[in-house]
Amino acid sequence: MAFTPTKETYSGKVYPVTIGTGDKAVTFGGENVLPFNSFEGAAPNAPVIAYEIQDVPPTDWPENVQKPFAAVSDDPVKWAKYCQDELKAKAIALRLVGTHPDRENRTPEEASKTVKDVLAAINIPLIILGSNHAEKDSQVLIAVAEAAKDKNCIIGKAQEANYKTIAAAAMANNHKLIAMSELDINLSKQLNILITQMGFEKERLITDPMCSALGYGLEYTYSVMERIRLAALTQNDMTMQPPMLGDVGMYVWKIKETQAPESDLPHWGPAEERGIAWEAVTATALLIAGAELLIMRHPKAVEAVEKTIEELI
Amino acid sequence: MALSGVEIFKMLPKTNCKKCGHPTCLAFAMKLAQRQATLDSCPDVSEEAKKVLGEASAPPVRPITFGAGDLAVKMGEETVLFRHDKKFVNPCAIAVEIKDTFSEAEATKIIEQVLASEIDRVGQKLRVDAIALTNASGDAGKFEALAKIVAAKASVVPTIICTENPQAAEAAAKLFADKRAIIYGANASNAEAMANIAKTNKMTLGVHANGLEELSALTEKIKALGVEDMVIDSGARKAKDIIEHNTLIRRAAVKKNFKPLGYPVINFMQRDDSLVEALLAAVGIAKYSSIIVVNSVEKWKNLALFTMRQNIYTDPQVPMQVEQKIYNIGEPKPESPLMITTNFSLTYFIVSGEIENSKVASRLAVMDSEGLSVLTAWAAGKFTASKIAQFITESGIEKEMSHKELIIPGYVAILSGSIEDKLPGWKITVGPREANALPAFLKTRAA
Repeated sequence: MAFTPTKETYSGKVYPVTIGTGDKAVTFGGENVLPFNSFEGAAPNAPVIAYEIQDVPPTDWPENVQKPFAAVSDDPVKWAKYCQDELKAKAIALRLVGTHPDRENRTPEEASKTVKDVLAAINIPLIILGSNHAEKDSQVLIAVAEAAKDKNCIIGKAQEANYKTIAAAAMANNHKLIAMSELDINLSKQLNILITQMGFEKERLITDPMCSALGYGLEYTYSVMERIRLAALTQNDMTMQPPMLGDVGMYVWKIKETQAPESDLPHWGPAEERGIAWEAVTATALLIAGAELLIMRHPKAVEAVEKTIEELI
Repeated sequence: MALSGVEIFKMLPKTNCKKCGHPTCLAFAMKLAQRQATLDSCPDVSEEAKKVLGEASAPPVRPITFGAGDLAVKMGEETVLFRHDKKFVNPCAIAVEIKDTFSEAEATKIIEQVLASEIDRVGQKLRVDAIALTNASGDAGKFEALAKIVAAKASVVPTIICTENPQAAEAAAKLFADKRAIIYGANASNAEAMANIAKTNKMTLGVHANGLEELSALTEKIKALGVEDMVIDSGARKAKDIIEHNTLIRRAAVKKNFKPLGYPVINFMQRDDSLVEALLAAVGIAKYSSIIVVNSVEKWKNLALFTMRQNIYTDPQVPMQVEQKIYNIGEPKPESPLMITTNFSLTYFIVSGEIENSKVASRLAVMDSEGLSVLTAWAAGKFTASKIAQFITESGIEKEMSHKELIIPGYVAILSGSIEDKLPGWKITVGPREANALPAFLKTRAA
């Protein structure tokens, strides 16, 4: 019995999305095959990893992931430049966590100033994220979208409760938009439809089906992503064809496995290596499931995932 | 090619005798097609049909048991390409390489790591499953010396004997008699000799080729020599090729029932950079490896890989559950708050994570709701006032507390009155609807 490979040709493809301006702009998505299956189709762009920084010092991050940024994280501008110049980041994700009413409760004006300062200091693309407070985000993201007008950023995250204002702001200022729903392929599809019905171009969307950390529901994110990608390719479902985001760092660096000291749990091994591995394995799993854009924190985790991507393409 | 129910039906006796336990032959045929019944239930099926259907109904990836005793590993039996379609069946084994160029001390250190690697996670015992001895020196004597050390110190651990030299393989195999070891190293030039050794020692044969065409031809040849149990290696070493080959192998087996590739896959993933090696192993876990061979098994790496494997191999149709009990978050004192939620694992992970974020030491009562989330469990009658009251009473938690206040999820605010009726003396407080509001809620109360 002679072997003939079963190759698949799909009717659909993932939209390519370009962010940033000038020669540092990056493009991800654009493939017409399952992740890293370039043996049967085109996968013109490698996945992109953005370094996460925030507008206030990362006192809420575990010590092992604060450490690499200790000299720069008191100032988002220094922090962004460090990621760009020293860590060779391809993109930066600025999370405006200081605008959360339970945190520093910074105003939309303060947030806009931070965004402008960071944009002035870097030439790589910027992803601008709110604090995940639905009401406050709609005020903050309107202001920062305008402050970053025409810089071709990604604004996020638009959710069911606030998508109208945020999508309108991203549209008016020529940005891309993250649409996030909670671990359900149908909710994800529905939100993409609602946003495009406002006149927002589907080619400017990025789907965030919600990340979960290794050991903490990763299999749900993994399968939702895999199903979204299959719907995009096999059913040519246009509402499922935006590239996908894995917002990895935030979900990984709050669980026990990335924090508990070895003295408490000797059979888990050293906390620093364990935390880095946790972030890198979570990220790798999501790449295999279909994520094209990742937001990560630890430089060593980013470096290892980038090496793995090199080997996969 | 897998047969449809109707194709199978044509070969059955069509007597509707019900002896198989199904009402009609057609119903039985449908069950056979879905692999939910086996042909031996039919006493009247013809020999010819048995032959045709037997081949067609065998699992597309051959089931193989690797090792003997309590630590034996089951491999193969996979039926799908994507875990959301159906549960991935047998979690891939992680094997660590020991080279025969290592000193005895180095070899012993790895053996000790393997023997001490067992970790309990969400009720499952997970460990480094196997040791792969490799003949890196090319010398048969050195290989046998290493095999002796492993056989003496790790006799319970499933072993892969990796050498292309039939004499070296034979000498080592004798040391693992009745252990269902794998002899890896059969290729186009030594197939006969290696097949003989595997047959004589009743071991599984690891087959190595360059590419899928050569691999298919080789497994057919070896099968004709009388060896049924094989694990296969297409020669892919780079991550891109591993994904391509593993995907094409699984597709050939599952979609075409192509027997020459219907065997568990072994992938050699050794890298000098231990973290990169862990990430490649993660790729293998997701993409159809049955055995992954690595260089090193540090504790941090094991924990991450075992967890990845557990996540990928959970049953997507059965919600993951956590044990019903009252969990301490931080170090709760008698006056610390007590909250209740359901035992769907995601609910538990999210709620306990947010409580941890609040830095307010608390107790979280997790009630068995058959793995349903709060609203679903309430709607299904599994998270009711009387069940909550019973759980809290029987837990005896009030003896450890200086207050009698229970915080319930905002989504079931409607239950607060009836819980108060059923838990006399308790105050029921309605908490936030979403877990992400818990830190603010707890901090405000603590202030």
